[in-house]
Amino acid sequence: MKLSRLVMREIFHRKMNFFLALVGVALAVSCVLATMAAMRSYDLNSDKIIAKMEADTQAEMKKLEDDIRKTMKGLGFNIYIFPKDQDMSEVYDQGFASKTMPEEYATTLANSKIVTVNHLLPSLTQKLEWPEKKRTVILIGVRGEVPLAHRDPKSPLIDPIKKGELVLGYELHRSLEIKEGDEVIFKGKKFRVGEAHAERGTKDDITMWMNLTECQELLGKKGQINAIQALECNCATLDRLGEIRAELMEILPDTQITETGSTALARAEARTQAKATADKQIAAAKADRVRLSEEREKFAGVLLPIVLLFAMVWIAMLALMNVRERVTEIGVLRAIGVGSKIVLAAFLSRAVLAGLLGAIAGVAGFAIIYPVVKERLFHSIAMNEVVGGSEWIVPLVAAPLLAAVSAWLPSLMAAQRDPADVLRHD
Amino acid sequence: MCCAMTDSNAPAVKAEDLHKRFVTAEGEVHAVDSVSFEMRAGDFVALHGPSGCGKSTLLLMTGGLLSPDEGLVEIAGEDPYKLNAEGRAAFRGAHVGFVFQQFHLIPYLNVLDNVLIGELADQAKVSLVDRAHNLLDKFNIGHRLNHVPSKLSIGEQQRVALARALLREPELVLADEPTGNLDPENSEIILQHLADFADDGGAVIMVTHDDRARAAAKTSMHLEDGRMVAPDKGKQEVEGATT
Repeated sequence: MKLSRLVMREIFHRKMNFFLALVGVALAVSCVLATMAAMRSYDLNSDKIIAKMEADTQAEMKKLEDDIRKTMKGLGFNIYIFPKDQDMSEVYDQGFASKTMPEEYATTLANSKIVTVNHLLPSLTQKLEWPEKKRTVILIGVRGEVPLAHRDPKSPLIDPIKKGELVLGYELHRSLEIKEGDEVIFKGKKFRVGEAHAERGTKDDITMWMNLTECQELLGKKGQINAIQALECNCATLDRLGEIRAELMEILPDTQITETGSTALARAEARTQAKATADKQIAAAKADRVRLSEEREKFAGVLLPIVLLFAMVWIAMLALMNVRERVTEIGVLRAIGVGSKIVLAAFLSRAVLAGLLGAIAGVAGFAIIYPVVKERLFHSIAMNEVVGGSEWIVPLVAAPLLAAVSAWLPSLMAAQRDPADVLRHD
Repeated sequence: MCCAMTDSNAPAVKAEDLHKRFVTAEGEVHAVDSVSFEMRAGDFVALHGPSGCGKSTLLLMTGGLLSPDEGLVEIAGEDPYKLNAEGRAAFRGAHVGFVFQQFHLIPYLNVLDNVLIGELADQAKVSLVDRAHNLLDKFNIGHRLNHVPSKLSIGEQQRVALARALLREPELVLADEPTGNLDPENSEIILQHLADFADDGGAVIMVTHDDRARAAAKTSMHLEDGRMVAPDKGKQEVEGATT
């Protein structure tokens, strides 16, 4: 007669008691696994959401930066390079420089390794009388942008103006009733109106653009320009102007640099703002995730001990019932010489078996139910992502141990039962 | 039939000046009061007396289950109360067999397993299956080995209980009203088996109210208020039985 036979026979005899213990363990194990899976799936899902949000934001930022770049580019040039001896108060007063510098400066700059600016546009500007029309105009001679030698060509902010053509500002062509394609005489020379601008509400509306070479010839300033306009690149930092000046001065020491403040600032601020907004959104999402995760952990921290405690009390109560039902049996066993260790082992092994089978049932139940409910309860996360390999083993070890601990006291009561006490009152 | 004794010259049971008191709500009860007796191998003693006179208490003390407040018990020359609880259990398993009025068979074990349950107490782990079969055949229930107690008649259940008591070849069998629930025919069978055990060298103390059972015993002891009184007329007195 083996102890295992006694235990198994007793289990088959008191199936309901054993079954209830097993169900208690199975439910507790399923509950623990489900709670763990719920927390993991939530974390994994929110990780995915945040990763997607970050990727989306990054893409959005890239697009936004590109949009801003385009928008800012639309705002026009924001860096002006003037001759060193130019009185800047005159520039601020008239809107252009009276001093000139060699046109080659633009080429020199373009052939350098300059990185802080791009879109170099040499120009020659002068306010003068359009004698044939009796109108004061601002004449700007441009030759088109000078491509930077070390960079990929960029689409120009201003298209070059062909020789023999003029571009007229809104107020000029409107008041003089000149249309695109019309021919006009300027300072005795015939030009075709290549383009008539829409209203801009700036000095551009009384400006006339022509080819730089023709402009230089008309003004008698061959090979001379009075400004190089440029666009600061996106790489400039907070001290943009300082960096730009430092770089340009090394290449063109006979010049001075100024920046159209509002444009540059708007550009930098818009970019910074967009980045900050995106970062804030991600940070808020992360904080929200951490907060919710902590709340869930707190909830699990309360729920799991309650579940385990309930299961342990349940097993202990069932074990106690079992002991009470078997008082006479225990008395007889002890009377005929069966040791208390064997009695203890009989009750504990019953509990351990209930724990083991309950854990197997709980794990199996969880594994069977998980695929059915994973979409609804576990964010469609694969089961192997929420419960790792070794974590399947833990309940199979822990549940029998906890069951043994739960049944320890009733089992000890059984083992220490005085057979005389039982039999004397029989 | 009976097992080798610890001390072949020692009495099977020796009780000297046993006292046992219980404290109840009504006050102290002197359940066993200065009882002494001695039994040899082959003795079959009927212990009788009115209800509550201390018969079962004396039986439990004699069997190493209930330590006396005073006095000495020796079974096969050894005092079980000098052993700790585990040692005493092992001692009982090796030297004493118990038969109860209610049989106390384990309800979920079949006949064979109920008899072999004593193997759990055997630290030597010797297989007693053959002996169990022999006993069950001898008691004429060998054909019901796989039946659980609830499928047996009352008489069969008591025979299984007796086979369980004899499995490990004890020197002493203590039977507490073994025929109390049996019809005359089954009582006769059980008494005969107990007598056979005694004839084979074992010692039997049987608590009984049944006159037929008393008649089957070779000797008798009469208890009243926890004290041994004069043995029955016509019966051999138990050696050394005193009050």
